[in-house]
Amino acid sequence: MKLTINNQPLELDVEPDMPLLWAIRDHAGLTGTKFGCGMAQCGACTVHVDGQPVRSCITPVASVEGKQVTTIEGATEASTITQALQEAWVHYNVPQCGYCQSGQLMSATALLSSNPAPSDTDIDSFMAGNICRCATYQRIRAAIKRAATQLA
Amino acid sequence: MTEQSNSRRHFFKTSLLAGAGLTLGVRLSQALADDAPVAGPGEAGSTALKQGLFAPNAFIRIAPDNTVTVIIKHLEMGQGTYTGLTTLVAEELGADWSQMRAEGAPADTETYKNLAFGSMGTGGSTSMANSYLQMRQAGAAAREMLKRAAARQWGVDERKVTVSNGVLSHAGAGFSASFGEMAELAAGMPVPENVTLKNPEDFVLIGKNNLTRLDSEAKSTGKAIYTQDIQLPDMLVAVVAHPPRFGAAVQSVDDSGARAIRGVVNVVQYPNGVAVLANDFWSAKKGRDALEISWDTSKTPPLDSEALMARYKSLARLPGVKTTSAGDVDAALKGAAQVISAGYEFPYLAHAAMEPLNCVAQITDAGCEIWNGEQFQGIDKPSIAAVLGIDPAQVKINTLFAGGSFGRRANPHADYVLEAVQIARASGLQQPIKMVWTREEDMRGGHYRPMFYHQLEGGLDEHGNLTGWRQRVVGQSIVQGTPMEPMMAGGFDPMSVEGSGEPYEIPNRSIELHTPAAFGVPVQWWRSVGHTHTGFATECFIDELAHATGRDPVEFRRALMKDSPRHLGVLNLAAEKAGWGNRLPAGRGRGIAVVKSFNTYVAEVADVTVKADGSFTVDRVVVAVDCGVAVNPDVIYAQMGGGVGFGLSAALGEKITLKEGQVEQSNFHDYLVMRMPQMPPVEVHIVHSGENPSGVGEPGVPPIAPAVANALFAATGRRIYQLPIANQLAA
Repeated sequence: MKLTINNQPLELDVEPDMPLLWAIRDHAGLTGTKFGCGMAQCGACTVHVDGQPVRSCITPVASVEGKQVTTIEGATEASTITQALQEAWVHYNVPQCGYCQSGQLMSATALLSSNPAPSDTDIDSFMAGNICRCATYQRIRAAIKRAATQLA
Repeated sequence: MTEQSNSRRHFFKTSLLAGAGLTLGVRLSQALADDAPVAGPGEAGSTALKQGLFAPNAFIRIAPDNTVTVIIKHLEMGQGTYTGLTTLVAEELGADWSQMRAEGAPADTETYKNLAFGSMGTGGSTSMANSYLQMRQAGAAAREMLKRAAARQWGVDERKVTVSNGVLSHAGAGFSASFGEMAELAAGMPVPENVTLKNPEDFVLIGKNNLTRLDSEAKSTGKAIYTQDIQLPDMLVAVVAHPPRFGAAVQSVDDSGARAIRGVVNVVQYPNGVAVLANDFWSAKKGRDALEISWDTSKTPPLDSEALMARYKSLARLPGVKTTSAGDVDAALKGAAQVISAGYEFPYLAHAAMEPLNCVAQITDAGCEIWNGEQFQGIDKPSIAAVLGIDPAQVKINTLFAGGSFGRRANPHADYVLEAVQIARASGLQQPIKMVWTREEDMRGGHYRPMFYHQLEGGLDEHGNLTGWRQRVVGQSIVQGTPMEPMMAGGFDPMSVEGSGEPYEIPNRSIELHTPAAFGVPVQWWRSVGHTHTGFATECFIDELAHATGRDPVEFRRALMKDSPRHLGVLNLAAEKAGWGNRLPAGRGRGIAVVKSFNTYVAEVADVTVKADGSFTVDRVVVAVDCGVAVNPDVIYAQMGGGVGFGLSAALGEKITLKEGQVEQSNFHDYLVMRMPQMPPVEVHIVHSGENPSGVGEPGVPPIAPAVANALFAATGRRIYQLPIANQLAA
């Protein structure tokens, strides 16, 4: 399969039905994107495909051929929105166990891309697909608002 | 000043286990060479060690580049222990926070034992409590050696050398040096026999709220490495098939379909399952799904959780083993003007950490190496050695960050760790094998918070005084049948009843326990353990008794805890900050609960709004916590907020149920955990205290469910007797 991940063209020897998550983790070797549920329930595997957030655990790799896939590693390098969010994440010490946070950041990046000044309700409804068992939700809300302010 | 005049022997026992002087490094280098941690924010130990650095004891390494690495004996699973223990060392060392690093300790189970357990492991919210003096002593010893080195180099009196913000200086002569510059020379200095710890008034890091967690950046960039992320040369991934019922056995396996899947390398059978080994997760999972397995379920009962609860309720009609007794409760209830009764039902709960269980195991001729979010080295290491018939010294464990645990990764049977080892052994391969449970295996894998039933009777006299309290508790023991069964020396599992009826001063009290014989559902501690149910039953029932007397629930509690000043302190603080007593509009309610767990005192006040259709929101939670010295306030705020969220999640929607012997839930679509829209704002107030610090990972959990249930009563006049609350108020 021919993929573009974080602007890097890659040719991976995988079956077309393999979920994008496992192509990213086990074949492209990028482990920032996490496995949490395998059925698009938790959001830990969130990446961007052509700028839109998708759950990579249920996205067949064949469906993203010819598209731009961005993972947390790529967003950390290239997205000013992600970088502003990461500054806010560290400022508020958001992560506890940290396992869900790549997915949270990719969803939050998508939120601020489409809605630069979200309300609490906007944040809650956009982020509802990302579970955090440590319940860092309150700090995530605050960090998204801080990043939005910094970017404005 | 706090003088620590320990005897040399005691000092070495608690702090400097590595030896003395330069020989210190020998013991440490041995440990690191054998057991170098591969991850954590710091550098891998074995590589750093070769560069001639200062390792005054088993807990500290100071490198020529001026970084100070603290070797953390506890698992970082979110609770902040890497930051907490490093704060203690940095405080006494006089370091600058920016030079501090942390990394997981090797499984040298004697050197790195939990002083509260006598064995290496993390749990019971003990990390800070058991390390508070040990880590400060370790830091103070290193500071003294650095000062001696500086004094020798500069030819000055050691007593005139000062340390601040990571700089050694001699004001009179104008000398100054970094720790890194003095590291090599310091390594040759004798280890001090006594160290003087700082007076708390002089703390510059402990109790301050401006420290960035050491793991914040790695965890905000996808760079933190968990077990799931381990990639090793020639590593295979194992996806497993578990029996449909607990305790069932494999009868026969047709693995021809699995072996035909591209990427599948091997299929192995082991005592409790079948594993498919492949080059990547997806191939292994496809192979696992293609297995045709006949399970022998003839020896496993068709368990049903509703029937089990009915059985528990009938058991609660009979007297149980008395775990606490005072006065004559039967007489008190018989003579009471009013007797109130209530029964409370609690379901099985899954830990459901975000990182599904996993473990990497490699068996070679040299022994066994493990990569794991390792929580229980003191149990896992000897268990692995016993299964493989090797010496524990041949078992090397690399401890990684855990993507949550909530107790699950500290299994008294070493269950999932041994499963990975058994798969590696059954494969006959010498390459590393990463066992990965899918979410479904994780959810259905048992080791749940046990199901419980509590039956309470309270007797009130004609003046509304609480004269009798009988609490019958029914549920499985966590430690029975495990290597930790000696905890049942008193004839019962103390974790089944811990906290019941406390701290209320009632003249006639009886706490009784029924422990059903093992019947196949594996159970385990779940963040705050027994307090998850005893706190709910106690705090909801006391609230019900208060209302029966027509008295304010806070007033009623205060009158019954006169000899419990720390309970009173948090109760009063939470009530005050929440505006207790202010009137709320119709449809809204406010409830309170106070629970001491793991020596930390927490009171929580919840405000709720109930709509006409019975649905409700939790609008605000106020927390007051007394955990002794507040080492890292920001971590305490985070753990209280997270504890409220974790407890509220269970109260709102979590339950594991069994039908025909099978677990009915499988993933997050039917095991309902809390999401962002349900998370209330949580406001945390810390009681100023000079007591030794106690833990904060668990104690935020127990009070929230009863506080919410009591608030729902205040809003609707209806009591909650069954968790989860779900849509009970809609009926």
